Amino acid sequence: MTDVIVIGAGPAGLSAAAVAAEKGLNVLVIDEYMKPGGRLLGQLYEEPDGSWWNGIEESAKLFNRAAEAGVTIKLQTPVNNIETTADGIWSVYTEEETFVTRHLLIATGAAEAPVPVPGWTLPGVMSVGAAQVMTNVHRVKPGNRGVIIGINVLSAAIAMELKLAGVEVASLSLPGKNSMTEESADPRKVLNSLLHVSHMAPSPLVRFGSRFLQNDIMKKLGVSFFPKNGVKMWDIPVQLRKAVIEIYGENEVEGVVMANVTSDGEVIKGTEERITADFVCIAGGLYPLAELAAVAGCPFYLIDELGGYVPLHNEQMETTLKGLYVAGNITGIEGAKVAAAQGTTAGLTIARNSGIHGLVKEIQLAIQSIKQTRDNASIQFHPEVKKGREIIQEKWEEHARALEGTGSEVTSEAEAGG
Amino acid sequence: MSGRITDHPVLGKLPETRFVTFSFNNQEYEGAEGDSIAAALLANGIRTLRYHEESGSPRGIYCNIGHCFECRVTVDGEPGVRACLTPVKEGMTVESSGKLPSPVRDWRPEND
Ligand SMILES: Cc1cc2nc3c(=O)[nH]c(=O)nc-3n(C[C@H](O)[C@H](O)[C@H](O)COP(=O)(O)OP(=O)(O)OC[C@H]3O[C@@H](n4cnc5c(N)ncnc54)[C@H](O)[C@@H]3O)c2cc1C
Ligand code: FES
Repeated sequence: MTDVIVIGAGPAGLSAAAVAAEKGLNVLVIDEYMKPGGRLLGQLYEEPDGSWWNGIEESAKLFNRAAEAGVTIKLQTPVNNIETTADGIWSVYTEEETFVTRHLLIATGAAEAPVPVPGWTLPGVMSVGAAQVMTNVHRVKPGNRGVIIGINVLSAAIAMELKLAGVEVASLSLPGKNSMTEESADPRKVLNSLLHVSHMAPSPLVRFGSRFLQNDIMKKLGVSFFPKNGVKMWDIPVQLRKAVIEIYGENEVEGVVMANVTSDGEVIKGTEERITADFVCIAGGLYPLAELAAVAGCPFYLIDELGGYVPLHNEQMETTLKGLYVAGNITGIEGAKVAAAQGTTAGLTIARNSGIHGLVKEIQLAIQSIKQTRDNASIQFHPEVKKGREIIQEKWEEHARALEGTGSEVTSEAEAGG
Repeated sequence: MSGRITDHPVLGKLPETRFVTFSFNNQEYEGAEGDSIAAALLANGIRTLRYHEESGSPRGIYCNIGHCFECRVTVDGEPGVRACLTPVKEGMTVESSGKLPSPVRDWRPEND
């Protein structure tokens, strides 16, 4: 039996694995992707101090540290299911083998929400993250000229990465309004959310928008006065007053139909125009990828500030189930540095729970370090992420009080029979 | 046409790699060792990986990281393999899964 199993070799999983192994545990990391690093691999942006955050180099550092500590990393191995047995042991099922452990960390990261736009199943339409991976990890152009549907921090960052790689981005614009796209199709909400992201927001937008930020009426004016042809960010038109209402093409993408929209996002009839493109990216935002925690039986809460449903967990990264931990974007959507800090905390908690003494102080510092990293983050997916963290912590405390009330120490002890 | 990004202002030059030969729908292509099947095909200008089982409409990658299964192909006889997660290998045979045969026989002469 392995002391610790980690599902996911992203910044959270690799950091946890390295720390646990450095404390003397034997650790197995399982990941379905071809390379270690998770979604960190594709990241590439300029830090406020002018240095570059290069995901490939950062992934290599994390991988080397884990490997040097003696961590075993099994790639190209999807985990299909996990299950706890009566004696407090977790079984991890993959197609070929089943692994068992007493301490299981789920660090499966995030997934991108789709935005259904007519024509979105045509070859050449992909999620914005797909274009990022194609460009920065595989070093293959997703196409020559693209349109990005959905204006948010991630799509703005990736638009710049495409440009850097010599791929033309014809436009960043909104999706047409329908029941599925409400928020992301409303120019006011989009402008508002962009203005809240500290250094990452495309600066011309900030310069333009902040003049109108004072109150709601002014914000609406900001959108109303938003230039019809958009403002340019790294030479890419950002079009808050245009929406893509259709993607067209015979067998593959040939272009999009774009129309002007009102400041509420309603399409203005008669303004439709065709824009040619050989690929289209859809940016619907990220949500925590938590299926495995769900099948394990973790309680979940919908917390919009964290990007969706998250499994209940505490600051030490323990879930309510004995021997089951979570870290990284499965606990809420944030940048890779926060994910890594959460992984470090999880690794230390696992070491302590495995009977290694003298870690209390170190765990406290690690928790502090997550908060500091969050405060200094140059990329923030949700402006209210701290509020989201408070909500989950309150839920945990409620849960702990409820248990005290019933006199049982930990539900998971009872459920796991341990 | 899409192509490889050989020079990148931040990531630098593309590291030297060995090229492997594989086939897709009975045509031979070259791919860089370490490429996913999806990336190797796109570098050759190919986006369409399969045809939808019912409608027959063409499909390519969507998420590129294993979540959506839009990129499933048959590799060395094994169906349902995700092209975005599987590295190309020398001599690999990749095939599009196609429209499934209709369960109701269509008697029109052009289908004979
Ligand atoms: C498409 C995409 C693009 C992103 N781009 C950026 C960006 O540009 N900048 C930024 O700051 N943040 C970005 N993020 C956010 C990103 O999630 C965090 O920055 C960080 O990578 C989260 O780390 P993690 O360790 O929690 O998860 P990840 O880095 O996502 O790693 C999770 C790993 O788990 C593996 N996995 C998942 N499920 C299974 C399973 N069932 N079996 C086996 N393995 C599994 C995956 O293959 C993956 O390698 C992006 C996220 C996504 C989804
Ligand atoms: S493109 Fe989504 S699984 Fe391969």
